[in-house]
Amino acid sequence: MNDILKLTVTELSDKLAAKELSSAEVTEAYLGRISEKEDSIGAYLTVCADEAKKQAAEVDAKRASGEALSALAGIPVGIKDNMCTRGLRTTCASKMLENFIPPYDATVVEKLNALGTVTLGKLNMDEFAMGSTTENSYFKKTHNPRNTDYVPGGSSGGSAAAVAADEAPFSLGSDTGGSIRQPAAFCGVVGMKPTYGSVSRYGLVAFASSLDQIGPVTKNVRDNAVILNAIAGHDAHDATSVDREYGDYTALLDMGVNGMKIGIPDEFFGEGINEEVKNAVLSAAKVYEKLGATLVPVSMKTISHALPAYYVISSAEASSNLARFDGVRYGYRSEKYEDIVDLYKNSRSEGFGAEVKRRIMLGTFALSSGYYDAYYKKALQVRTLVMNDFSKIFETCDFILSPVAPTTAYKLGEKTASPLEMYMGDIYTVPVNIAGIPSLSLPCGTDSKGLPIGMQLIGKAFDEATLYRAGNAYETETGCYHLSKEVK
Amino acid sequence: MQFIKDYEMVCGLEVHVELKTATKIFCSCPTTFGAAPNTQCCPICTGMPGTLPVLNRQVVDYAIKAGLATHCEIAHYSKEDRKNYFYPDLPKAYQISQYDLPLCEHGYLEIESEKGPKKIGITRIHIEEDAGKLVHDDTHGTMIDCNRCGVPLIEIVSEPDIRTAEEAVAYVKKLRAIIMYTGVSDCKMNEGSLRCDVNLSVRKKGEEKFGTRTEMKNINSFVFIQKAIEYEYKRQVEAIEAGETIVQETRRYDANANKTFSMRKKEDANDYRYFPDPDLPPIIMTDAAIKALGDSIPQLPDSRKAEYVEKYGLSAHDAEMLINNKSIADYFEAAAKQTAYPKLLANMMISELFAILPQDSDEVEIPIDGAHLAAIATMAGDGTINSSTAKKLLRQIYENDADPVQIVKDNDLAQISDPEILGKYVEEAIAADPKSVAAFKAGKASAAKAIMGKIMSKTGGKGNPVKINELLDAALAKL
Repeated sequence: MNDILKLTVTELSDKLAAKELSSAEVTEAYLGRISEKEDSIGAYLTVCADEAKKQAAEVDAKRASGEALSALAGIPVGIKDNMCTRGLRTTCASKMLENFIPPYDATVVEKLNALGTVTLGKLNMDEFAMGSTTENSYFKKTHNPRNTDYVPGGSSGGSAAAVAADEAPFSLGSDTGGSIRQPAAFCGVVGMKPTYGSVSRYGLVAFASSLDQIGPVTKNVRDNAVILNAIAGHDAHDATSVDREYGDYTALLDMGVNGMKIGIPDEFFGEGINEEVKNAVLSAAKVYEKLGATLVPVSMKTISHALPAYYVISSAEASSNLARFDGVRYGYRSEKYEDIVDLYKNSRSEGFGAEVKRRIMLGTFALSSGYYDAYYKKALQVRTLVMNDFSKIFETCDFILSPVAPTTAYKLGEKTASPLEMYMGDIYTVPVNIAGIPSLSLPCGTDSKGLPIGMQLIGKAFDEATLYRAGNAYETETGCYHLSKEVK
Repeated sequence: MQFIKDYEMVCGLEVHVELKTATKIFCSCPTTFGAAPNTQCCPICTGMPGTLPVLNRQVVDYAIKAGLATHCEIAHYSKEDRKNYFYPDLPKAYQISQYDLPLCEHGYLEIESEKGPKKIGITRIHIEEDAGKLVHDDTHGTMIDCNRCGVPLIEIVSEPDIRTAEEAVAYVKKLRAIIMYTGVSDCKMNEGSLRCDVNLSVRKKGEEKFGTRTEMKNINSFVFIQKAIEYEYKRQVEAIEAGETIVQETRRYDANANKTFSMRKKEDANDYRYFPDPDLPPIIMTDAAIKALGDSIPQLPDSRKAEYVEKYGLSAHDAEMLINNKSIADYFEAAAKQTAYPKLLANMMISELFAILPQDSDEVEIPIDGAHLAAIATMAGDGTINSSTAKKLLRQIYENDADPVQIVKDNDLAQISDPEILGKYVEEAIAADPKSVAAFKAGKASAAKAIMGKIMSKTGGKGNPVKINELLDAALAKL
């Protein structure tokens, strides 16, 4: 059993194709692991064991009949609970959508289904993807599999924890300001925030439309590229999806980094960063140097403006995106109301958690008449400046190396009282979303408490292949963090 | 309309027109009117979590056609914005509309006012999605029908150039005609595919500053537009005269009471928190694409109007009445080809036919074969029948269409112009009415008219009135 859980997606794929393993066996192994670990980890909000077994059996039957199957056929997956799954409860970890069953599949879900993956269930998250610890879930806390006293990060905490705890061979998360990369870093797995517009957002319950992007969370870099191959591509249902050729993300994986130029931005290693994190990332830089890359000191002056701009833009968009949850057509409706205004007020007051309400109010204020120019418009201007800063760096560098977060994982409950401190933790991740460019988060060591440290490789738009190449070079040299850990 | 003292009215209109695209603006649901509730909607137009809008390009093309037909400048860069407000018929709690960069701006159209032709400025035309419909029911309470959610609309905003209720009606009629000619909408007022909001204020003549305006929403017939404006003008003037101040507010026009009622004051108005919709990329139009759309626009009302004035010698006012409805203009043009007397035909249509055609209806269908109406015009023009016979014939075939030439033949309705026959009628009439003759001789000219009337009725209405007049005048002069 443990052997199955140790296999990467690529290895599973080979063994399934060679009929050394059946999808039923793999699915059973993961369902078994889920029932064993869920009490201590709490990654899933919904586990659909029966459906998963049925899907697995179907794939096995097809394979037995000789039908040509995709490389992902029969491989289990966990999906963040903000992606719509037809007939399967999709809650966004909110009381507001506690009983919401979508009438349609998100494009990414449709794509995976078409490839024959097996959905294990829906993963916990911060309510409506707002948060950095998954503690904002209405339903439950998720624990960091590396040390259950700690948070898994967020908002895709369930997605990262499930992979780290071997409760799924891979998962899908979404990243608006770091929500894939930071939990991947906290849990010691690999997460990619792809270029804005390369993975369809259709069916992803919107938090901040101009920043949200779906991406894979995996055990290692190679798997991540394989999964991105499966979910990226133009979608006619998403007007922000970019219509272009999407090459093979695994194409450059084994080419090494010899001759590459890596930007090291001073500002990402400045005030507020934990020394252990800083040292681990700089050691990773040394590894790259050893592998033949050149380190280039660069500057990213706008980083201090990116965070406030992010909170204005994301909250403004969220205030509008979350307005549809009004208790009228679906979702939570208060029992206390006299008229329609009451119904709106009470349903929203009772249905949303504190952090969601905080952002809705912040965003509503930022868009209000008389304040628009000072906040939203100014934030969009900052966005342009951030993009310019990145472009300038990419004139001389192939990618940028930086920490994912200033610290390793927090203790559960440690930061809940201070939203502002929590927001500061997003400082290195949000510039990437603001600029719409890709970033790969992968482990680069462990701190003195035994918690994983993550680094991110930030690249040019649509240049994920280069990030995977560099990520794989590091992983090949130092070993895969997740696979080096004991499955407890 | 009646003005009070030296108070002038200043009025601008916002007209919403549903576009005749096959599918909705952001999804592929059909737009057909009148389907069973909630049968023409999908996760996208019902605002399900996670769904995204994708713009139907035909909506852009149609809006630009409407803009080009009203002399607007077309934006090369335009965008869509969210207008945020809560209402149960608005599933996303925001309407996708256009805020500061509409597709079309700075246009105008020309109407026939009492003082001759007048240009009414068009500030802007933008695209947006329609909301759903609330259906109230005693047993179920309020229900939502989402069929209309996402039906494409254009909003056409006029400049405050309108000064009378008649101008407002003429503006809407002309706008409706232009849009129908371009083929982008049916403009059916009774189905709500053309809806009108009226902004109105009053001020003393000569004053430059506008008064405080009120807005009346959703007025859906020409008669109501006229009445609502007349009422609201009077209400505002009377309020000012009584020393009250007008408050900026939205008012509802109640057609039954012919009154307007306050709905909400400005301070209660929503802050819509407009911002660019991050789900939709900007709309980019090239010169070539705009030109291609312009080339696809068929002949417009004003071009037809000019043609009628030149070719048939019609007055601008009469020509305007014919062109304001495309099906009537088409009818007129087809019939005019079949008679040597097109001007007579036009007059018959305007003064007789329009009087009996249903008013304020969206689809005008003339129940008379155009050739038959042309035949009446020909017979009236060449003297075969007189004008009162022509009127009677028109009304007769309106009820029951038939060949008027045959009716004239069968019923012996031909005009009597023979001076011998008519002379006899004149002699008899003079002999039979000494009283009127005496009155005429005493200088009462109208007495001749009484005699004339009697002669006409003796001829069974068929006498040639011009000839009878001549003979009667001569006979009376001899006495």
